[in-house]
Amino acid sequence: MSDATNVCIIGIGIHPFGRTDALSGIDQGVFAVRAALADAGIDWADIQFAYGGSDAAGNPDTMVDRLGLTGVQFINVKNGCATGGSALFSAQTAIRSGQFDLGLAVGFDKHPRGAFNALPAEYGLPDWYGAAGYMVTTQFFAAKIMRYMHLHGISRRSLGLVAQKAFANGVHAPHAWRRSEVALDTILEAPMVSDPFSKFMFCSPGEGGVALILASERKARELGATPIRLAAATMRTRPPGSFEVFAPSIDLGGGTATATRLAAAAAFSLAGIGPDEIDVAQLQDTEAGAEIMHLAENGFCADGEQEQWLAEGRTRIGGTLPVNTDGGCLACGEPIGASGLRQVYENVVQLRGQGGGRQVPGAPRTAYSHVYGAPGVSAVTILHR
Amino acid sequence: MTPDVSLFATDAPLRLLAARDRTTGRILFPHRDGDGLETITLGRRGTLWSYTVQRFRPKTPPYAGPEAFEPWALGYVELPGEIIIEARLTDIAFDAIRIGMAMELTEVPLDPAVAGSLRLPAFRPTVEAAA
Repeated sequence: MSDATNVCIIGIGIHPFGRTDALSGIDQGVFAVRAALADAGIDWADIQFAYGGSDAAGNPDTMVDRLGLTGVQFINVKNGCATGGSALFSAQTAIRSGQFDLGLAVGFDKHPRGAFNALPAEYGLPDWYGAAGYMVTTQFFAAKIMRYMHLHGISRRSLGLVAQKAFANGVHAPHAWRRSEVALDTILEAPMVSDPFSKFMFCSPGEGGVALILASERKARELGATPIRLAAATMRTRPPGSFEVFAPSIDLGGGTATATRLAAAAAFSLAGIGPDEIDVAQLQDTEAGAEIMHLAENGFCADGEQEQWLAEGRTRIGGTLPVNTDGGCLACGEPIGASGLRQVYENVVQLRGQGGGRQVPGAPRTAYSHVYGAPGVSAVTILHR
Repeated sequence: MTPDVSLFATDAPLRLLAARDRTTGRILFPHRDGDGLETITLGRRGTLWSYTVQRFRPKTPPYAGPEAFEPWALGYVELPGEIIIEARLTDIAFDAIRIGMAMELTEVPLDPAVAGSLRLPAFRPTVEAAA
């Protein structure tokens, strides 16, 4: 690849995650775009194209009203839990193709309180499935980790350690929603939501916005930016035999093949590096079990090794592979359209060495992000500097 | 709510309906009609593949269970040679549930207080015939 088609991230912006009653989802997206433009030192009029993602908070392209009617090409993306990742994938493709050299990927969302409220018809399922009380995402996550713990010897205490780390990291992330530590015993003994998960082990739907300015490497140099290179961005859907949210049945022998494994393998292949060369990772942690399973699904360890990894603190900041350095979804909540881009935002912060109290030591050079969600989609990025 | 006739076979003993792809042999549950699909009934016995306990009342709609919520167990049961299906677990204490335990098909009403309530597939620990 040449300087014209290498893709760099040269500006990042975020609206704090959590609850912001006074602002709409689009308001939070606009806030993030303005912050990213300022970070990159460019104006809205310089933006040649944009991809915007939101699952439940309106049409992203309507933000041109607020940012300026420059006539810019602006394409909306709505792709389940991979919405943000898909916006980023599309944006980098526009630059790699050589058609553009400066653009925007933005994602935002604003969900009501409580669990997501899905209806069976939206997922091709019969009405009885919803009436029975099975359109509840937490059931899937709980059943998946319950099987995984049984097969691979993962203890419930390890679930608690993941949550404890998330809240400890969130303390140091200004954009996080939950910013106070929670003791391990409190996490383990809190009321159960869906066994084996207590209420501290699940993230909540929330609000937030993230924007990334992308440029070709040539354009980045022209602008005098310190480029963070996007070595790979991949998105995949589910393979046969996978076990997904809202599953009335699973094929025999199923439950181990996942969209994540496909997206991860494709990303490592594109980047030309292996999992052992990643310095910091943001992995989908819808709940504490997801981070554990995703360590293996993304290739960072074998199934079952997580028990020892967590006991030794390897995924903490300062460990051999710090994971979810801003507290992940557990501390930040999950506004679907923004969540995957938050991971990339955090990785850019880490590669720039601007993480403050949550900075990974040793000047990390490579960073990995991974989204997984309904209806069986996954998006991965690999950054390096 | 009227019972969903596509869940259970109408003749005794209790059986769940499913569909089988005539070309690939893949079994689909819940049952559906379609080109190349034939209707079959599933086996009554299997082993518990995984489970959880639903501890909070799901949102209505779509949940149509009783207003006063009591937690219930939900499992995936592997029917040998067929498929793994999602169903309620019944006749067992939550803390006695174990992955791998032998289970057999039964049914539970969505709302026991309402006559004609939706019948849900459920599994209970297999009751071995007395020696």
